[in-house]
Amino acid sequence: MATISTKELTREFLDGIYDHPDGEKVNQCLQCGTCTASCPTSEVMDWSPRQIFAAVRAEMLDRVLGSNTDWYCVSCYSCTVRCPASIPITDVMYLLKNQGIKHNLMPRGTRGAKLSKAFCKIVSKGGRSAEFGLMMKYYFSTNPFAALGNLGFAMKMLGKGRLSLGSEKIKDVKGLRKMLEALEEISA
Amino acid sequence: MKSYAYFPGCSQTKANRAYDVSSRSVAAALGVELRELDDWNCCGASAYLSIDDNKALALSARNLALAEKTSDELVTVCSGCYLVLHKTNKILAGKPRVRERIDHALEAADLSYHGGVKVRHFLDVLVNDIGRERIEEAVTRPLEGLKVAAYYGCQLSRPYGEIDDPEFPVSMDFLARWLGGEPTPFPYRAKCCGGTSMTTSPEVGASLTGKILDSAISGGADCIITACPLCQLTLEAYQKKVSRQMGKKLSIPVLYFTQLMGNAFGLTEKELLLKDSLTAVPALLS
Repeated sequence: MATISTKELTREFLDGIYDHPDGEKVNQCLQCGTCTASCPTSEVMDWSPRQIFAAVRAEMLDRVLGSNTDWYCVSCYSCTVRCPASIPITDVMYLLKNQGIKHNLMPRGTRGAKLSKAFCKIVSKGGRSAEFGLMMKYYFSTNPFAALGNLGFAMKMLGKGRLSLGSEKIKDVKGLRKMLEALEEISA
Repeated sequence: MKSYAYFPGCSQTKANRAYDVSSRSVAAALGVELRELDDWNCCGASAYLSIDDNKALALSARNLALAEKTSDELVTVCSGCYLVLHKTNKILAGKPRVRERIDHALEAADLSYHGGVKVRHFLDVLVNDIGRERIEEAVTRPLEGLKVAAYYGCQLSRPYGEIDDPEFPVSMDFLARWLGGEPTPFPYRAKCCGGTSMTTSPEVGASLTGKILDSAISGGADCIITACPLCQLTLEAYQKKVSRQMGKKLSIPVLYFTQLMGNAFGLTEKELLLKDSLTAVPALLS
């Protein structure tokens, strides 16, 4: 359950988006729907991108965060380049994902969040991403049996020499971790 | 010899190593030096941005700080890395509050960044720095009218549209022509490939991939060229699955634009790794 009020959520959201170039433009949404019309995945979203901006204005972000909308954003930036109010809409979607994770306000079992979390764990640990480890982590947190469905593909990639079973580490892992810890201290 | 700091990106270390290898080979053939950035880390790609955008920016800024020690330009071949690194520069330059946080984080790793690195995509370097004349001069095995669908995807030209048009990019079409190929009509050239959804919502991803493959094949293309590892893998790896879902045979060779260039330059298999492909690329270019 949310421990943060919807008013506070809106304030936190605005504070975050103002840290992005053109972020203040969110207040100038015309409700024209160009974003929704440009979105390749809007048809599977609970709330359309246009409705997000209406929800921000109505301080109803809790409902948006409880939906699948932001997690279906594919980061194609089609909405962003077409928005007549120049709102950085894709950045808005990232920020909503950040908030959904932070306050645990997502639909149960959001697979996008599980994949992203697995990715962050690997990168925060060694500094680089590794596909095999990422997929193993992801499938174990969702449906281990689904991994079997991709076995053929994995074998093909392995046969081509394109699948690394190990993990990649940078030299200054220590420095990288200190850097990430410094940010955790600021936000705490 | 023009020299650039080079950011390969995680995808290029193994799964898409052919993009890294062919890019280095093409650069060498054109007398361009790509110096791999020492101890580079993950760019902070979209999956990281989804969880914590401050940490993602710090990861990105670490690479910029490392690059600034030796260079004023950082070249990458991955459109995702290109966008995240480029965007980090814009945020740090325009938002002092964010800059303060990131400076503090970098300091903990004994690093600093002063905004002095321009992020470039390798396609931009080839088309705009090297240019038509030098590329045409390097062609020893022209493509002889090979029909090429140039696929740009999203993050190469959106959102900033600085290296090509955000809605209808054309730079790779020109490049294909310089190599002796014939660019084909391809309306879906800059639509999403579906790659980011392929693992989490396979049906949604496959429907997007299907539209791209269908658009390229309908335009009469012999092959698709890409400038992004995620687009490349998505378009080459799921053709059977997508064909089943769309009820239509969608099969076409997909390769990196750098492999096509290298082939026209007469480079060898070892320099281009055409056999890494999951589609019929070696047969196409034999």
